[in-house]
Amino acid sequence: MKLRDLAHARAGDKGDTSNIALIAHDPAEFGWLAEQVTEARVKAHFGAMVGGEVLRYALPQLGALNFVLHGTLGGGVTRSLSLDAHGKSLSSSLLEMEIAPPPGRG
Amino acid sequence: MKRIRIGAGAGFSGDRIEPAVELAEQGGLDYLVFECLAERTIALAQQARLNDPEAGYDPWLEERMAAVLPACLARGIRIVTNMGAANPEGAARRTATIARRLGASRLKVAHVTGDDVAGALRGSALPLLDRPGTVTQIEHAMISANAYLGVAPIVAALQAGADVVVTGRVADPALFLAPMVREFGWSLEDWHRLGQGTLVGHLLECTGQLTGGYFADPGRKDVADLARLGFPFAEVAEDGSAVLGKVAGSGGELSRRSCTEQLLYEVHDPAAYLQPDVTADFSGVRFRQLGPDRVAVEGGTGRARPETLKVTIGYRDGFIGEGQISYAGEGAVSRARLALDVVAERLRLTGIGVSELRCDIIGVDSVLRGPLPAGRDEPLDVRARIAGRTATLREAQRIGREVEALWLNGPAGGGGATWAAREVIAATSVLLPREQARPRFGFAEV
Repeated sequence: MKLRDLAHARAGDKGDTSNIALIAHDPAEFGWLAEQVTEARVKAHFGAMVGGEVLRYALPQLGALNFVLHGTLGGGVTRSLSLDAHGKSLSSSLLEMEIAPPPGRG
Repeated sequence: MKRIRIGAGAGFSGDRIEPAVELAEQGGLDYLVFECLAERTIALAQQARLNDPEAGYDPWLEERMAAVLPACLARGIRIVTNMGAANPEGAARRTATIARRLGASRLKVAHVTGDDVAGALRGSALPLLDRPGTVTQIEHAMISANAYLGVAPIVAALQAGADVVVTGRVADPALFLAPMVREFGWSLEDWHRLGQGTLVGHLLECTGQLTGGYFADPGRKDVADLARLGFPFAEVAEDGSAVLGKVAGSGGELSRRSCTEQLLYEVHDPAAYLQPDVTADFSGVRFRQLGPDRVAVEGGTGRARPETLKVTIGYRDGFIGEGQISYAGEGAVSRARLALDVVAERLRLTGIGVSELRCDIIGVDSVLRGPLPAGRDEPLDVRARIAGRTATLREAQRIGREVEALWLNGPAGGGGATWAAREVIAATSVLLPREQARPRFGFAEV
């Protein structure tokens, strides 16, 4: 299934770093989300777009993960050559990731 | 327990104005805050001020103030805003003039300055945060350098009786935190309360992004009446707890899920959100839905503030040239790819100095890079886009001209070519020892 079926997301930018909050639609599925969507998987999903490291912070009480993607915004919104210089649409791109369905689903 | 109500009237310079008027008229507010400064805004404003000493503040200041002041004057709502940009004194004078025209000749309009630290950075070897090098290496191209100030000068202005406080660069959440510190008499070393207040400010600072903007996804996250999106307010208690709301009947959604998305917006480590007044900690935050469009926020806290202030430097950073052209039908993606290859080769053949080149096929890979995933149909309508970084405007213009030349010389069926070239005003950051900025306030005299 697509990550989009399990979670919603929002992207923000600071300098050359993008952060993407990923939030489980159903808090009960947060554990599965955290197991599936690791730093390594997110880095692989975006491939060469991410020049630096990917860090993940968890807020289980909100069913949320926060991914911080360093070196991702072409030098930052003010100097990027990208059409979406803020990387706002990276949230939707992350939700395209294919993941295994949680037990009892799919 | 004493409570105050703070409304969010703008989350960026170009934000909608009517929701702020709606908040002022129907939100039961004590304070209305307008956050209008993006990273490079002050650099652009500084350039405007060089051409006209009275300019350099937010281009929408007049329109925004004229729209909200009548309701604010009638209800005694105080205004805090960073619309001063590169000229808080000029913006304060202009605001006082507008107020006088509306019959409020005794309105006290304060300006906060001292964020301009360009002088302190001259010859500095401080390292840049977003790119290699030090201040010295970009100093020749520097337009502006502004420290993110904290609440102190705003609080002082409010204590001196200001009805409106106009600042330049101030940490966005501090615009909201200042009224809390002023009204509740919080100590500037009460890290727990400053952390809670910063949490409230952070949630409010992007206005509609808390109430259902930047959120809707039809079929999954449906939001009612986005065209009439209501902006949020917070009712903050003396102990720092807060309830978020919006005007009844306005559009949008204020819910646990909209609040959770905004909580993490532009945040890195949720346990260490660095601010000039506090190191805020959002890691234990919870939201409780109290009713429709009413959410309680709890669990914010904080630790001692950093010893440095973040400074944004605006500087000239070369030029960007860009061109786009459309292709349609079967094979559109292949023709777009060919077009991009041709332009890249032409730039090489004609000796255009391009230090960085980016090729996109809009509809295929302009966001997520790489080929279309297997099994997905190719789109029948795409746009080829090429953008490059150059040292001169002339070379930047040549990139667009090469795209335009595809009309006659490129692949079949290319249409709708457009092009642009612009100077890049970039922003980068450094951390400055906090004692090197000298925040102060004064009152506008008209």
